[in-house]
Parts: sequence; C-alpha cells; structure tokens
Amino acid sequence: MTAHTKGSGLKWVGRAIRRLEDPALVRGQGRFTADLPAAHWVRFVRSPVAAGEIKSITKPDGATVITAADLKGVKPITPMLHKFEYKAVAQSILADGVVRFVGEAIAAVVAASEEEAEDIADLVELDINETKPLVDARDALAKGAPQIHAVAPGNVILTGKHKTEGFDAVWASAARTVRIDARSHRQNATPMEARAAHAAYDASGRVTLHCTTQMPHLMRTAIADLIGMPESDLRVIAPDVGGGFGQKMSLCAEYVLLVWLARKLKSSVAWTEDRRENLIAAFHSRDQYVTVEGAFDASAKLIALRADIVSNVGAYSCFPTTCGVEPLMAMAEMPGPYDVQQYECLARGVLTNTCTMAAYRGVSRPVITFTLERLMDKAAKAFALDPIDIRRRNLIDKFPYKSAMGIEYDEASYKETMEMAVTAADVPAFRARQNDARAKGEYLGIGFATFSERTGYGSPAFAARGMAITPGWETVHVTVDPSGFVEARIGSSPHGQGLRTTLAQIIADEIGVPPEFIKVIHGDTDTAPYGWGTFASRSLVISGGATLIAARKVRAKLIKIASHMLEAAENDIVLEDGAAKVAGTDRTVTVAAMAREIYTQTHRFKGELEPGLSESGTYDPPGTFSNACHIAFVRLDPETGFVKVERYVVAEDAGRIINPMIADGQVHGGIAQGIGNALLEEIIYDESGGILTANLADYMPPTAHEMPPIELHHMETPSTQSITKAKGLGEGGTIGAPAAVLNAINDALTPFGVEIDIIPATPQRIRAALRKAEKAAKKTT
Amino acid sequence: MKPAPFVRHVPRTLDEALAILSQVAGQDGRILAGGQSLVPIMAFRLAKPAHLVDINNIDGLDKISSNGKSLSIGACVRHAAFHKPVVDGPLGKLLTFVARHIAHYPIRVRGTFCGSLAHADPASEWCLTAVTLDATMIAKSTRGTREIKATDYFDGIMSTTLAEDELLAEVRLPMLASDTKFGFNEFNRRAGDFAMASSLVTYRLQGGKIIDAHIGVGGAEPSPRRIPEAEAALNGQTPDDAAFRAAAEAASQAVDPLEDHQTDAAYRRDLVRAVVRRALEYTSR
Amino acid sequence: MTDKTVLTLTINGRDHAISVEPRRTLADAIREDCGQTGTHIGCEHGICGACTVIVDGEPVRSCLMFAAQAAGKKIRTVEGLADGDNLHPMQQAFMDHHGLQCGFCTPGFLMLAVGVLEREPDISDDDLIDVLSSNLCRCTGYQNIIKAVRAAAATMRGK
Repeated sequence: MTAHTKGSGLKWVGRAIRRLEDPALVRGQGRFTADLPAAHWVRFVRSPVAAGEIKSITKPDGATVITAADLKGVKPITPMLHKFEYKAVAQSILADGVVRFVGEAIAAVVAASEEEAEDIADLVELDINETKPLVDARDALAKGAPQIHAVAPGNVILTGKHKTEGFDAVWASAARTVRIDARSHRQNATPMEARAAHAAYDASGRVTLHCTTQMPHLMRTAIADLIGMPESDLRVIAPDVGGGFGQKMSLCAEYVLLVWLARKLKSSVAWTEDRRENLIAAFHSRDQYVTVEGAFDASAKLIALRADIVSNVGAYSCFPTTCGVEPLMAMAEMPGPYDVQQYECLARGVLTNTCTMAAYRGVSRPVITFTLERLMDKAAKAFALDPIDIRRRNLIDKFPYKSAMGIEYDEASYKETMEMAVTAADVPAFRARQNDARAKGEYLGIGFATFSERTGYGSPAFAARGMAITPGWETVHVTVDPSGFVEARIGSSPHGQGLRTTLAQIIADEIGVPPEFIKVIHGDTDTAPYGWGTFASRSLVISGGATLIAARKVRAKLIKIASHMLEAAENDIVLEDGAAKVAGTDRTVTVAAMAREIYTQTHRFKGELEPGLSESGTYDPPGTFSNACHIAFVRLDPETGFVKVERYVVAEDAGRIINPMIADGQVHGGIAQGIGNALLEEIIYDESGGILTANLADYMPPTAHEMPPIELHHMETPSTQSITKAKGLGEGGTIGAPAAVLNAINDALTPFGVEIDIIPATPQRIRAALRKAEKAAKKTT
Repeated sequence: MKPAPFVRHVPRTLDEALAILSQVAGQDGRILAGGQSLVPIMAFRLAKPAHLVDINNIDGLDKISSNGKSLSIGACVRHAAFHKPVVDGPLGKLLTFVARHIAHYPIRVRGTFCGSLAHADPASEWCLTAVTLDATMIAKSTRGTREIKATDYFDGIMSTTLAEDELLAEVRLPMLASDTKFGFNEFNRRAGDFAMASSLVTYRLQGGKIIDAHIGVGGAEPSPRRIPEAEAALNGQTPDDAAFRAAAEAASQAVDPLEDHQTDAAYRRDLVRAVVRRALEYTSR
Repeated sequence: MTDKTVLTLTINGRDHAISVEPRRTLADAIREDCGQTGTHIGCEHGICGACTVIVDGEPVRSCLMFAAQAAGKKIRTVEGLADGDNLHPMQQAFMDHHGLQCGFCTPGFLMLAVGVLEREPDISDDDLIDVLSSNLCRCTGYQNIIKAVRAAAATMRGK
C-alpha cells in the first residue's frame, strides 16, 4: 500500500514511475566491474591463522608474488578520530610481519588467469609463528589478554562516555528498573556481487580503477594518498555495483594494491573476490554486547537510561568512518524514539583477532533498537501493561525534540505510525487466535518495534564524532545541453537505490522536462563532481537537496530565457511538458529551443544572462529522522525451536515520498536483511579464530521461502530539515525487523517462562532455552 | 574459487568408463555425474581430483525400470526424474514426495540419484531412502559386478564401501506393497538447505496393527540408518499419537548424534524426535 | 594448467568456438570466453543462483557445470530473452513490479523463472515460492520478485 504526496502540486514527485535504471539491467546489459577483461589477475594469499608472526613467505619459482616487502613506499591505512581516546591503529596493505585475523591478505599472486593465480597461490608457503588469538570482545578486555596493537593498551581502541547532569538522583528516584543483557552476533552484509577491482594503466601515466564501491571519490583521494601519487593520475569508476549495504563503503586494502600493481606492471590487472573471501575477509559487523537498564517512574514513564556497549571491532579500524561507527552511533542514538532526558552510557570499541568491522545497513541501530524494544516489552510485563500502552507513555510527541545526547529530532510521527500499524494488525483478533492456538499446543507471537531512523547526516553530525573526514555534503550539476537534453552529474554513487529515477523526478518537476529525458550521471571521478557517495540513507536527502537547488537555478534561468524569447513577464511563464508557456496564451517555446538560444545566440540576451545552461547546487543538511513501527507475527515450534515469520506489518514515515514504488522496495529489502539478522545470519568463529561459516550454506541470507508477506502503510510528515521534505529510508527495514521479530518470539515463549535476547535467535538457542525451562520444571514437580 | 586442474574423460560406454576408471582410480580419479555436490567442493579445492570420468554421455544410464519386484535406478537418473511418480503405487509417490525436498529445482535437474548415494552426505534424502527401503547398490568395475546391501554400504561421513575403481551403476529399491504407508519429514533452517535431521518411515497394517515398520533417520549420525529400537516400539501398535511418540522417543534416544559448533547432541536428539514423529504423522494424513 | 580443448558453445542460437581447460565452468566460459557478461557469478558453489542459465530447456547453475559438458547443447542466457526491442514478459514484469534493485541477481532470477514456467506453466503459488527460493537476492526482500513472476506467469499462459 502506498500513499502519494497529496496536495503537493507536484507532477512527478510522488509517482511510482518505472525505474530508468531497469532496461539495461533486465537485458543483462548492466556493466559490473568483473565484466572487464584484464591482462593480469590477482589472487590473494590469506592468513590461515588468526594471530601470529610471519617468519617467512616462500614463493614458487618464477611466480610473481607481491608481499609487504615490495610495498615499502606505500603507507598503511590509518583512519583517524580526534575524540574518544581513539588509538590510531595502522593496517598494512599486505600483512607486514604480523597477521591479526584469518583471511588477512599476506601476499598477492599475479598471473594470466584467475585459475592460474589460484594454482600459484596454493603453492606459496607460509611459515607463521602462531600465537593465541582473541576472538571474543570480552576475552580481549580481560586482564592480561595479549595486546593486538601496541598503540591500544588493553585492546580498547576507543571509549565513549556520556552522563547527563543529575542522572544519579533521577535514577535513585525510580519506581522500578528493568535490565536487558543483549548479545548480537556477527554478520556479513553479503552483497550478491562480492568485492571486485580492475585497475588499468594508460600511456599518459594515469590509472583507471573500476571498483565496486559506494564512495568513488573518497577512494581516489585515499588511494592516491597511500600510494603517494597525484590524485589527478587516478580515475575511479564505480560502474554498476551489485549491492553494497555499507560493506562497499570502506576502503579495501586490496584496491590500493591493484592500483599500485597497475602502475608497476604498466598494464591492466583485476581481482574478483570469491564468496569465501567475502565471508571471511570483507568487512563484518554487529558483533556487540549491549546491556541496557531503564529506570521507570510509577506510571511506567522511562526517566533514565543506562547503557553499556562493547563493540568487537575486529583487527583494524575501517576507513573513512573508523571503527567508531558502531559503538559511537550506538551511544548517540540509544534513546531512540523515547522521551528520556537522563542518560548514562559507556561505549567501547574492542580490538580482536577477527575480520575488521565496518558499517552494515543500519549500523548499530538494529542492535540498539532490538535491545531497547526488548527493554520496553520487559518493562511492560513488569508494570502489567500492554506493549503498546508502555510505548504510548514514552514515545516522543513534541517537536523539535532535543535528546539527552543533544541531538535535535525534527517532526516525526512516532505515536501516529504506531497506532496506524496497530490498527492494521488487528491486535485483538490476533490475541484471540493466539489463545486458541495455545490450547492446541501451537505458539504464536506478536512483536512490536517503534524506532527512529536518523538519515541524511550532514557534516556537523560526523564532526560531532570527531571524524577526520566528515562526509556530509553533496554537490550536483544540472545541465541542459544545446539540444534540450538534461544531465545531472552527482557525487552520490547509487547502486540499486534508483537514484537515477528519483533525482530525475525532482528535476522534472522543477523544469518541466519529463524524467525520461533526464540523465543522471554518477560514479566516475572524471565526470561527476566530488562527493561522498551513497550510504547512511543519505542520497535522496542530500543529493536530492543539492539536485533541487541546482534544478531551481536552472528553472530560474529558463524562465528568464523564456521571458526574453516570448516577450512576457517572468511571473507569467509556466514550465511544463518540455516547454515554457505564457499562462493564458498559446505562446510557447520548447526547452530545446531555449537551450539552443542561450548557447548559440547569447548576444540576444544583451549581457543580462550568462551563456550556457548549467547550474550547480550543494547541500549539507543537519539530518532528519524517519520513523516507523514494525509488527511481526511469528509461529514458534517448541519442539525444534523453529520460527516462521508469518506476517509483517509496517507503518513508515519518511517524509515526502519521491517514488512510492522505490520506497517500498527499500523497506522490503531492509526487512529481509533484518529477518536474516534476527533468525539466520551469523558469522561463527571457533576458538582458534577460524571461520566456520565460509559459504552460503552455512552463512544463511534468507530466501523467498523465509520471507512473510509484508504490508506497508505510509504516513508523510514533511521534513523541515530537508529541502525536498524527504527523509531517508534505506535502513529502516533492517533497523526495525530484529526488534519486532525478537519481541514476537518472546511473546510466543511467554507460556514457557523463557526469554531470549540474542540475535540471531536460532532454533538451537531457542530450544536450549526451552530445554533449560523443561528441566527446571521437572525439578520443581 | 576455481577448481584445480584435471583431465576429463568422456567414455561412450559403461565398459569404456570402467576401463578408464580402473586406470585413473589410483591417481585420484573420480566419476562426474550431475556434479552438484562434487563441483562445489572442487571449487573450494576441498577435492582436487586429477581425473574426472564424465559419465553423462553414456547411453542408457538414465533409465528407470521395474521388474515388479524392484525399481532399478541408473547412474545418470536425475533427481527431477522423480518430480512425477516413476512407478504406480506407494513407491512412486514416496519418491516424488522425497524428491521435492532435495535442494532446489535447478540442482534437481542436474544432480543424480546414484551420485547422491556415492557422495554419501549424512543429510542426503536419497541415502536415507536407500537405507530405509533396504536398497541394493550395484557396483561395477573391470573386476566385475558386486551387489552391496544398504546396511553394508555406508561407511561414515561422505564415505562408502565402494572401492575406488567401482562405479555405482545402479540402485535397486524393492517395490512396496500396495498397502504400504509412508511418511517423510526433514528439518532445516532455510528452504532447500541440508537437513539437520530427517526421517523416512514405512509400515503396513494388519488387523489395525502396525507391521513391517521401517524407520530411517538421516542427518543425525555420520550415515543414515534404520533405527531398530524405534521400529520395535512401533510394530504391533495401532497407528496413533501415543505409538508415534513412543517410536520417536526411542529413535531420539537410540541415535549417536553428530555434533557441530551450533548443534549439540541434545538438540540433535530433539530434532530426531520431531522428524520421526512428524514422518509418522504423515502416514496417517 | 591442463591442455585446453576446443569446443563450441551455442548461446542464444549463436555458436562460439572457444578453447578452454576442462576445469572451466560454464559460467566462466559464457562470461570470459564468449563475452556474454549478463550472466553473473555470485558464489561459485551453487547456492546463490546468480549464474542460472537454461541448458536444453532446463534452468541450471552454470557454476556447477563444466563448459565442456555444455558443448552441443542449447544454452540460453539473459541476453537472449528479449526479441529485439520487445522484452520478454518476465523482463517487462520485473520492471513493472520493481523486481530488481541493484540488478546483480536479476539475470539469474529471470532465467530461473522463465526456465521453470516454460516447463510448468500452471505451477501453483506455493510451488512457485519454492522455485524462487532457489536463488538469493539481497535487495528486494523477494516481495516484488514474487509479484513480478506471478504477473509474468499469467502473461505467458495467455500467449
């Protein structure tokens, strides 16, 4: 179900038009990095052990094998954060003397084909003096634990602390406190296209790097910095990208090596990551322990919140966000959609001998939302309240709202979306079915999640984290060429989000040219303006805002041109259907004719208008909050612990919706990943730091079979913090689903007196909890 | 993830295949039929056969035939051949029902019945079928033909008593009496995944009492097998909930469960109890 | 390396004479040797289905078949679905119902759905979900893929 932007007066914005991206993709004419032919192929030799000193690397005779010793001039990746006692750990492009996780690249084999490179890689002999690895963050925090990086004593890479004034007194006044100890296991974003890079040297001395990335411009800057080459000698292209979900936001050491190799070989060289490498060595996420305690007054109003966050950041810190991305976002946004002005938090990033953590759709919010929503349900039980009731008492309803962390929330609809979803879900009917089912030995559950989704982070939001790089703004150039075709060059780098369509819709409304005549160009540092790419539910807000600014300037100029050409007052000019018209007359001139005129007959404008028709816009918003309520319905099989999500209801508010079809698709996809997080997906390390889930049978993204039908309901609270009035919504599905599903599971488990606060809530874990309860029951009877 | 190099042999007759196999068996030669299990492990380089004897071009290996006593399934019969009953009566229906649970459609159109038996994954539906129904494996080599009973065939995880120069040319399943009841159930966390436990059961009724119970369990031990304790619990009973529960409990206690990092013995027993009972419930649907 | 063999792959009615090692998978051969890059590779172990193509009328994982095994067979890939400017009903339905986002898994889903529906045009809704669970998509949550395939099935039946 979708809502259109009623009464906006807009013709294209708000319509579910088909995507302009699709014709090429459905014909198999997409162009992905791995589609490019190369003269040389790379295979990485990766560490088979989690921790150790490299004593020797023996290369097969005659093979081209690059090791750290060959890379003396190349700097290590050393992301920086200027706050939170951050320790600047460095990651060599290839392991230099020490290995810190299974899968770390130690050497790069270069050969004429992928097969041959892999054959040679199998022959490279590694002599590594293995040392005891640290896999779990709590073990890494223990006294006397081995130190993974010399610069980070106790393996703590950063510490965030927050405590509001007067916290202790308010805490002491509580009628009741409730606590949740939550565990989120490790996940992998698992884009269907794993990482890939192709670097080609040309005779001018330049290298063109095609790579599957969400931030092409920053890759160029970072790689040029590390190699010590002029940035102008590097062109980075993100062609079609097969999903990213945050995993392709961070700089990969592998890409740096590819550029270095192309320069060394003066040729083309390619690397296509295989699925096993992706699962063990691309970035991981969500490995956290979160303890939350809520202090409630007698009316079940949350008056103070205390959180302890331990985030396992892996062996290194990711660039550009740093490993602060999870613990610091958790700290900043833990209070979520609830009105609570007293807050104490300790958030630590902990180094371990595991794959490096980086952003994954939702970042910390799937975890903190799951924790906080479990807290709310547990508190509801303690107060003998309905889960909806306790949320009604605590959701923010006055805007703008300033959180205990000082973050300003713009207007949203926390209560309204919850009521909308609750009505659609028909809770009383469900409770009746649930009771009937229990009588038959069947266990159904319903789970609610209400949450805020901060989107469109501008530079100040990143600066608040002390980031050395604050990827907040975007620039867009909108050009009408002399034939009237419109081109928007953007710094964002979409990879499935449909931005070529939605930005065209925004432009179409401003200048009266239909979207199919508007081409959005992105992902090439030679042709797109500098920008930060696509991540953090930002592109439609920030690039969309920049697009609107640029398009409005083009519109203003078109009106001036039309006013000249049609000899009419600017106020009387209307732009629609590819032409300017004088209102109330039949006088008209096409955009193409106006464009031709302003390029080729500039003299006619007597110096009042500059030649050409190209404008740019830059936008750096403060950030805006989307919100939603998710309701999951599950069936739990107590004999096997199996959980089936049978139905899923969402009421979502992301401000003005530009294209409802695309918006729905984002929510659907997010929920699938959230259900994966809740039930299925887990990267498992054994005690020695080896990964037991290195294929897609053991690491389990959901299939069509595991997905319930999803019912979507929309509400539109136009954002005052976003000039298009749109809020981002790329991550909400992922944020809400683990919470809703876990609350539903716990609801289903109520008759057994068992609770589970672990994601994924696997059947093994559910059965273990039930078995414990069965044993306890036997003892007491 | 590219397979290591190998030499591919493409015999046109079974005799030619056996001759090649006898030559290359000692040099890590293997049979390639559907490839749906072998090729993935080659991609991970967990298997690096130096020779593959591709039997897909041999005429006649994709035949299913019945002599009234048993159903003969040739070495290249694909899983998808069973999408519709291949024979009248309960056996045809049973095979169709089981086949639907094997992996996914595109895997089923390539993978073979005998290939599954030769690969001997503990979770394989066809391996479970073979042991539950007391199949006979027909192994051929240049040395001759050998019949192997299901009870003598499996030899632990992904291991069989086939000699390295032997080709599993055929599997014979005894025909089921027309009044045979059957049931199958398996548990996995995601559609099409390997079963974490599975059960196939058959029995007949005589005067309202269960006779000739076969209760097979797969995925729970290194090899699938019939569980005599569960069969004993079922034979002579009326097919009701209590009998099914007792048999399921017996099976759960009788197995020596496989354990892995996620799945402990207690959980595997839970699953065995559930799949056996559900397979039995299916018989009285 | 082992000796290469010369063979011909017939893809979408066109013959490609190629020289490959026996270990070359059909997926790699289609992409690297025949230059048909619309078929994508997502896992190389038969789970994700991105590489699904139709061989002699049956949808198969091209990563689990060796190129040499497909010689002499009729191979259909996503590039052969449309009839010139006219999209196949499945392609049209994926566009109409937003059945794709990044587009990486799309060729595999198209070939899976077309391959199965051509063989079983009257497949039930439940069986169709089972079939679609053969392949992985990380963007769409499958909701719109299911919608698209159901719509295309109706169109294909009408023809």
